[in-house]
Amino acid sequence: MSHVEPPSEHPGDGRVARGANMPHFARLFAIWLLGTAIVEPVLYFLVWPHIPPGTMTDAARGAQFDALVLTMMASPVVIAVLEYFVYAMVVWHQKKGEPPEDGPPIWGHVGIQAGWIGITSAIVMGAFVFGTYELINTAGSGGGEGPSPIWTPAETNDMLTVQVIGQQWLWTYRYPQFGGFETPELILPNHTKIAFHVTSLDVIHDFWAYQLGVKADANPNVDNVAFATTNETGRFTVRCDELCGIWHGAMYNYGYIVSPTTFYKWATSTEKKLSPLTKILPKFAWTYNPSANGAGGGYYPASDAFYQVYKYEYGTSGKEGNLPAVHVKPSGWKPSQAGSHHVRER
Amino acid sequence: MAATTMELGAGATGYRPTATRLAHPWLSLNVITAFLGAAAGYGIGHWIGNYIASNYAVVQNTGQNNVAVVLALFFGVLGFVAGIGGLNYPILKIFGRQPEERAPVQDWTKYFRFSTDHKVVGKQYLVGVIGMFFIGGLFAMAIRTELTNPNTHFFAPDIYLQIVSEHGTIMMMMATSLVVGPLGNFLVPLMIGSRRMAFPRLEAISFWIFLCGLMVILTALPLGGFDTGWTGYAPLQTEAAPGMDAYLVGFGTIGTGMILNGFNQIVTIVNYRAPGMRWSRLPIFVWSMLATSFLLTLATPVLFVAGWFGVLDRTAQTAFYVNTHGGSSYLWENLFWFFGHPEVYIMAIPGFGLVGEMLPVFTRKPLFAYRVGAAGMFGVALLSFFVWQHHLFVSGINPDMRPVFMLTTELISIPTGFIYLIGMGTLWRARIRFTVPMMFCLAMYFNFLIGGITGVYNSDVPVDVTIHGSFFVMAHFHYTIMGGLLFAFFGAVYYYTPLFTGKMLNNTLAKIHFWWMFIAFNFTFFPLFIVGFLGMPRRVFEYAPRLQVLNDWASASAYLLGMSFLVFAVNFVWSVWVDPRPAPANPWQSLGLEWQLPAYKMPWYNFERLPIILSDPYHYGEREALPVAHLQGVLALAGAGAGGGLAPVGAVGPGPGPETAPPGGQADGEDQRR
Repeated sequence: MSHVEPPSEHPGDGRVARGANMPHFARLFAIWLLGTAIVEPVLYFLVWPHIPPGTMTDAARGAQFDALVLTMMASPVVIAVLEYFVYAMVVWHQKKGEPPEDGPPIWGHVGIQAGWIGITSAIVMGAFVFGTYELINTAGSGGGEGPSPIWTPAETNDMLTVQVIGQQWLWTYRYPQFGGFETPELILPNHTKIAFHVTSLDVIHDFWAYQLGVKADANPNVDNVAFATTNETGRFTVRCDELCGIWHGAMYNYGYIVSPTTFYKWATSTEKKLSPLTKILPKFAWTYNPSANGAGGGYYPASDAFYQVYKYEYGTSGKEGNLPAVHVKPSGWKPSQAGSHHVRER
Repeated sequence: MAATTMELGAGATGYRPTATRLAHPWLSLNVITAFLGAAAGYGIGHWIGNYIASNYAVVQNTGQNNVAVVLALFFGVLGFVAGIGGLNYPILKIFGRQPEERAPVQDWTKYFRFSTDHKVVGKQYLVGVIGMFFIGGLFAMAIRTELTNPNTHFFAPDIYLQIVSEHGTIMMMMATSLVVGPLGNFLVPLMIGSRRMAFPRLEAISFWIFLCGLMVILTALPLGGFDTGWTGYAPLQTEAAPGMDAYLVGFGTIGTGMILNGFNQIVTIVNYRAPGMRWSRLPIFVWSMLATSFLLTLATPVLFVAGWFGVLDRTAQTAFYVNTHGGSSYLWENLFWFFGHPEVYIMAIPGFGLVGEMLPVFTRKPLFAYRVGAAGMFGVALLSFFVWQHHLFVSGINPDMRPVFMLTTELISIPTGFIYLIGMGTLWRARIRFTVPMMFCLAMYFNFLIGGITGVYNSDVPVDVTIHGSFFVMAHFHYTIMGGLLFAFFGAVYYYTPLFTGKMLNNTLAKIHFWWMFIAFNFTFFPLFIVGFLGMPRRVFEYAPRLQVLNDWASASAYLLGMSFLVFAVNFVWSVWVDPRPAPANPWQSLGLEWQLPAYKMPWYNFERLPIILSDPYHYGEREALPVAHLQGVLALAGAGAGGGLAPVGAVGPGPGPETAPPGGQADGEDQRR
């Protein structure tokens, strides 16, 4: 056993015979192996399907798989540490009735220390590499990527653009490919790539479509983009996840994923129904300025200065509707386009 | 202090200054004059604010405006500090007079005065942080009460948010000083063999400013509270009610105390080590204080500046955080978390240090891999400055920053793992004594394991998209701060109370407290991981009815958790004041320097002659090992065997024995008696 401290500092170093440690190591390893062998299959076969947020979108499915991998990486560590502490408490405590004595003066062990650092570093780097791969592979994992996302779905032609507008204390949604109508209902077509453009009219909100695995802060004057591809029909919850004032707790509603044809019917009829209102709404834009005095709760498209910056960044002005690839042309969306792409399965 | 020359020339008779007696104890400055000063300052500040900015009234014809509130709080703090006597020295210096150097007051009123005795300040901090913890805990009980039902409400939504915000802010303020304040100030000079902290006046003022911070944050309630939570995100901060001013000024106030305390600790540890106290012999707790103090000193100014910007936005109508006028709501988020993430390690590292200090005593073994432990603390401290944007993974920040911050955040678990390495190595083939402090140490390792592992989930962006801002995060940091720091703190309170007071706490009540707190804590917060994963955001007063069972379970457990602290309070009051049982000189048979001397009856200058440090304090199981320090003659009182620190020190007879030379060359060239 080698010692980290210089020997002169520690006289009477009670070296433990090499053989004396082996039974403890062997027992600890056997228990750990058994525990891990039981827990890992349970996690993989029984727990995985139930891990939130489910499989409604590819982003949710990715988050679910990632949580599984992290849990399967963490479980052996947790088992090892807990097992060790319990073992130490049971085996190495001062026995009743025995005269109190000190333990062996073990100051360190270079091999154990180096091994510990090596193993923890390997686990951490593994978690990082895997997390980054998942983040890129699922086009940002449903998280808000800001106005210029760098990880986007490979094919964006059939993508549906939904603008999410947060305000105290309500979510509304605009569908630019359907004339830019605005509604408090969030309806999405199945088997479709969705680009959520999240913005706010007042304070910071956080758009959390729980079952979709989508979360993006709604900042005033910021277009925060998140992507997800729908996989299943059904209802999902939308909550505000950033404290936004007194009714923050009540700022939630539900959205639905429906079949593409149902969605198309709903969108076109709603567009028609709301067209008188859409006319008096501010023109569709990626962000809006709240009205200067707040009276009437109105809001207006962002200033020209914003479009100047936008033009500088993208070489085209958002005003003309001629948008960069990730900002899908707000010029019509047909159900026939949906479902044509490969839905990632695991 | 003027004592410096005497310290250097301690010579054969040792350093034994006479104690001070005040001619008019009730006419001198104390906590009552401090409150009078605070009231006067508040009134003056409010009047000035209304005079210069009455046209900015928040509510028409109420006379209430942000300028008046900010100035009232600022002058109130100033008045309090002046009233306690914290400004006497600088004011006299400004007017060209040399202030009279006096030893601290020695009678019981010293606890209510501006005391430059580090042991008094430590006790003041101890009462202060525990009081603050109880106030914050009452708000927690109110939060859990509201969440017993998904849609029937005990509080109006604005009252609920005030409660949530006060709870978070008070607890965060308390936790930053929970260990550095009481235990750092009390123990560090004793552990390194110093007569005092480097800057005793800064030390004293840091406590009274800390207390002001608590009072300022509580003034938010009559002002209408603030509804932003403890994070105070910006557009909401700018539009919030005047209670927000109390939040900003309160954080600025307590931040000042944190900076002063941290700075003082660094200078003390670097410069005031006794002869022979090499870096390699420094107790691991002192290492943790050093690492924490660097964070306090370097991170807190960022919060101070961020808060100052917020105050300017709300009073002088600047636009640091207003998007439409050239500012950015991201600016606050970045500044706040640039402070905020080092801050969570300000709340973790002291716990590591305390556990590292107690484990060798109760395993009867040297601390395993001491250097790795110290390196781990500094590794955590250094990395903590590079992780702050993991709070902003979904906020729309530059998206390619996310892998970088995912990496730095996950890297920090490597040095944190060192703390487990030293703990597990120390347990190897140990002779564990299951005392109450040891049980708290083991519980800390259990809780922090859960808190740390769930932190990896938070750092992983794809998983964080689901759990960001949810109860999962809330449960995670309660596991690390309450499960880690607070358990270590209570272990240390049971461990060090004999040193603080000379009294033993009742062991049966202590064991009841431990098991009650440990079980109730895990019952409260473990279900909240699940609640968060199932989709419940933080800080909401309404939630999905399917989550009610888990929430009710957490609420019931939270009440039990709250009650467990009553056991501690009863135990402490009973064992220290009502039915005191004198403690043995070294009840835990520790080898630490602080335990070799009866700190509770040591004079304010601790040592007549400085101890000569001979070894590190972890030589358990080594019969031939040197004692931790050469102590003969360091303490006149110890030889006299009686008297106690309350008596005038000058009256006690000469110390025992002549000063003997240190054996060997242990102190060669290391005379650090400055």
